[in-house]
Amino acid sequence: MTYVVTSPCVGTKDKSCVDVCPVDCIHDGGEQMLIDPVECIDCGACEPVCPVDAIFAEQEVPAGERGAIEAARAFFDDGGTP
Amino acid sequence: MTGAARVLVVGAGPAGLYAATALAAAEVEVDVAERLPTPFGLVRYGVAPDHPKIKSVAGVLSRPFSSPGVRFLGNVEVGVDLTPADLARHYDAVVYATGAPVGRMAGIEGEDLPGSAPAGDFVSWYSGHPDAPDLSPLLASRRVAVIGAGNVALDVVRLLVKDPASLAGTDLPDHVLAALRASAVTDVHLVARRGPAQVRFTPAELRELGELPGVDVLVAAEDVAGALAEAADGSRADRANVDILCEWARRAPGGRDRRVWLRFRRRPVRLLGPDRVSGLVVRGEREELLPVQGVLHAVGYGAVPLPGLPFDRDSGTVPHVAGRVVDPERGVLPGVYVAGWLKRGATGVIGTNKADAGETAASLLADLPGLRRAPDRDPGSVTALLSRRGVPVVTWEGWRRIEREEERLGARQGRAVAKLADLPAMLALATRPGGPRG
Repeated sequence: MTYVVTSPCVGTKDKSCVDVCPVDCIHDGGEQMLIDPVECIDCGACEPVCPVDAIFAEQEVPAGERGAIEAARAFFDDGGTP
Repeated sequence: MTGAARVLVVGAGPAGLYAATALAAAEVEVDVAERLPTPFGLVRYGVAPDHPKIKSVAGVLSRPFSSPGVRFLGNVEVGVDLTPADLARHYDAVVYATGAPVGRMAGIEGEDLPGSAPAGDFVSWYSGHPDAPDLSPLLASRRVAVIGAGNVALDVVRLLVKDPASLAGTDLPDHVLAALRASAVTDVHLVARRGPAQVRFTPAELRELGELPGVDVLVAAEDVAGALAEAADGSRADRANVDILCEWARRAPGGRDRRVWLRFRRRPVRLLGPDRVSGLVVRGEREELLPVQGVLHAVGYGAVPLPGLPFDRDSGTVPHVAGRVVDPERGVLPGVYVAGWLKRGATGVIGTNKADAGETAASLLADLPGLRRAPDRDPGSVTALLSRRGVPVVTWEGWRRIEREEERLGARQGRAVAKLADLPAMLALATRPGGPRG
């Protein structure tokens, strides 16, 4: 699995998650932050520090936000530039 | 100060290695002393074997050792092999990151009976920790209780009921895999004092328990009554946990071979003997007897006081300000720092240690210009001293030899790694002169 940043991050991009990620796998994806699903180690450090509750474990992503999982995957498959 | 500062980090777990990373980035020379011949602390000896992605953080934690100024001094116990006088002679500062190695017990009558142990001992055993007591006799029990409401409780419950065939590809030591294949355990009772809205599970890890093939997870409707309302004021994780548990409470049992019974709002009262565990009495609305032959206590970890360091027994931590050790009577101890669980208590995830150790390293770096300079600054004199004392030091290359042997053993069985757990064998591999390199 992986952790996933969802839409509340858009317009917020607080980036507290970047500071706590132990493997530096959270990157600026333009509109919002994005977690590299290959590099993410599932530790969950980012989830509680997000001030807008945008980060979910993959299985816990709400129904209306599931598109964020594929979006992150596509972004990093593409080389990871906005 | 001229020339690079010299710092000793005590403990090669995540906190120690993140501290070493931050110090090395500031061009400090770092020695990392580790009691065991192996690095990574709880990443190697705590993270569950079926969570390999979390274990991959070891790659990041290894990075400081590619700097020429950073050394691994494995099999070196500070306080035994190196004295306080040695530290003062060779290092400008010391960062203690020895963690919280002692598994706590629930504190109930009968808990010293054979068959009752800290969950941490079971974790150490299945992880192949060289000092772990042999917990394989627990697996002769048909029914086991696990006391606790956090992720360690979930890990041990899962390992107790999971189909051993699905663990065959993990890094579990051979003797542990064999013991799990021969396990008699059919029923595991998780006993939580807390209600479903107050448990400390990570929801993703709770959900994992309900998806194990061949395992029924049973939650009584009465145990989750009212929990939805309670969780409404709680965190998102609280609500997710309650949702999962309510869903399970509605599920019909599937007649599978192994069962997990999740019991909430139940206080463990006493273990029954006489010669070994024959039952656990718990109290909810009424008293009940769980007919278990084994009990694991997953109620947290504690640190142990270190010689020469102040220790707060209530919190189980070393008093500090931003990582600087503070003695209640003498004030800040110059050049002495803490990081990780010894600093903040046994909470948080691996990633928490990055910021925690970063804070400590920043304090140390800010203090450096004012610190007393160690008189003997030759890195070689530390290793020469250990050699004179007959301490076989495991270098990073020595650890890599252990790692390569574990990979070789694993490859023979079609898995990436099969862990070694025998200390003399590991030391022989790691310190043998002229062994294969690369």
